Amino acid sequence: MLTYAVRRVLLSVPIVLIASFVLFVATRATFDPLGKLRQSRDPSVLHRETIRLGLDKSVPEQYFLWLKGFVTGDWGVSTRTGGDVRKMILQALWPTLQLIFWGIVFAVIIAGFIAIYSAVKQYSLADHTLTALSYVGIALPAFWFGLVLIQLLAVLPRQQFGLTDPLLYFVGLHSPGQSGFNLDYLRHLVLPVLTLTITLVAMWSRFGRASMLDALGSEYVRTARAKGVPRRRILLRHAARNSLAPFVTVVALDAALLFGGLVVTEQIYSIPGMGRLFLDSLLTGDVFVLLPWLLVVAAAVVVCNLIADIGYAILDPRVRLR
Amino acid sequence: MSTGTASAGQISGTRAMLRRFRHHRLALAGTVVLVLLVVACFGATWIAPAKQGVQDLALGPTAPSWAHLLGTDELGRDYLSELLYAGRMSLAIGFFVAVVATVVGTAVGAVAGYVGGVVGEVIMRLTDLFLIVPAIAILALALNGLGSSPVTIVLVLSGISWTYIARVVRSQVLSLREKEFIDAAKVTGTSTARILVRHMLPNLAGIITVNISLAAASAIIVESTLSFLGFGVQPPRTSWGNMLSQASGLVGTPQVYLLYFPGLFILVTVLCVNFIGDGLRDALDPQGRQL
Repeated sequence: MLTYAVRRVLLSVPIVLIASFVLFVATRATFDPLGKLRQSRDPSVLHRETIRLGLDKSVPEQYFLWLKGFVTGDWGVSTRTGGDVRKMILQALWPTLQLIFWGIVFAVIIAGFIAIYSAVKQYSLADHTLTALSYVGIALPAFWFGLVLIQLLAVLPRQQFGLTDPLLYFVGLHSPGQSGFNLDYLRHLVLPVLTLTITLVAMWSRFGRASMLDALGSEYVRTARAKGVPRRRILLRHAARNSLAPFVTVVALDAALLFGGLVVTEQIYSIPGMGRLFLDSLLTGDVFVLLPWLLVVAAAVVVCNLIADIGYAILDPRVRLR
Repeated sequence: MSTGTASAGQISGTRAMLRRFRHHRLALAGTVVLVLLVVACFGATWIAPAKQGVQDLALGPTAPSWAHLLGTDELGRDYLSELLYAGRMSLAIGFFVAVVATVVGTAVGAVAGYVGGVVGEVIMRLTDLFLIVPAIAILALALNGLGSSPVTIVLVLSGISWTYIARVVRSQVLSLREKEFIDAAKVTGTSTARILVRHMLPNLAGIITVNISLAAASAIIVESTLSFLGFGVQPPRTSWGNMLSQASGLVGTPQVYLLYFPGLFILVTVLCVNFIGDGLRDALDPQGRQL
């Protein structure tokens, strides 16, 4: 298992490297790092910055200089804020990791529950309703869902009941002066997590239902029934456990989707995470933030895929990782 | 040349397929609603209650009423009419992205699968790159650099979307390649191009058609998301996405109803397209399991 993990990580290094080169060339071609200075009266400023940032060198040379800096922890300086890019990304990572953590926990529990329930009560009214809802969940733009949620769950109750405070907040992760895990945090968390996960809950519950039905129709479940194994035990021990392996794979493979969803979610709820950082940097042409951002996210997705493979092997003993 | 494998009695493959599609009630309903939407949007000049962009500043924003079924916006424009006109752009983007992505993806996937070797390997590793960076980030980057004209949007969205169908087609071609009828074609001296087009393609018809619907549905949603982030269709051109993003500031104001309608139009359209896709999948693959 360990050798497999190490080998997978080593194998994904070239992929991430190629990705970084492609992205480097693409961002250099579309952004002008000196855009702000172009209007400067003093032509020597432009020249000096060109030399300082190494922009007079060829693109491959620039790339290797940049890569060297990236690997040694020198990620450059943001042109927007003048801050250290590594610090900015690490800072933005924290709220984002919280959202991802709660998002995955919430989505897996809800989707898992729906999947098992729908599969067991196949073609019942509840199953049909849940299936219909999952169709809707897949078909709606998540950001619109988020805005409607704000209106219906935060703004409307406040107007209706004349509350001074909304029940659910929709700005940031904490009220000013608050921190840590408390009720205030949860009231901030509900809407962003719902927005982030609506599509995933819909997709995962449909996938989970299918693989659960698969398991329920299998021979080992029939054997267990014939042996007189209690129903609950068949459902949870035999069927659910076996349909968990493909489920975990799908969850981990959708990691890139989750990171993409953050861009929208953090924008709606003004959460100062990675998604916000990306958008702010893109809109201000802050190319020195964009590149490390893309690499950090790509690395995170690769790690998620690795977790998927290892999770599969743990859950399904027939799979041997070598 | 048969498009379906199962043909009941005297009924031809295509007829049987159409019959199965008709029996899929949701797909049928989806088709009807989608056709109505397409007609209403592209016939907006004749159907819509008001001409595009006609303002009534004295009227201003009004809630839905009999005079204006979906209300009016802050410039007093009839919102239903605006939505119908905007629908042309959203539907066209969905359609063209689906076609371009599917054609490119099928061609690349078929070559990668059939020719294989280094070329195939390189192509597939290239599609891997798209899996590890969030699509929305790449799209925003590209549109920020290239500008957001409708043609650019279609090309950039297709540029991401083709990788999915390419993977599916490649895996199908890899298994078809080992089939006996392909060997037979080779032995009789059929050219590679002819094998791909005449022998492989008909067997891929099912997944290709289904993919067109999937790609169209996701393109419409992605365009709206990009609009919200500021990289979608730019005013004065309108799409459901940019109407939605313009209404996004209305949360908590009395005009919030303007936020609901563009989203509902997108939702209904995507639902219809997905139902049609499901119906097609079942119709073209009678042995396939329903997910």
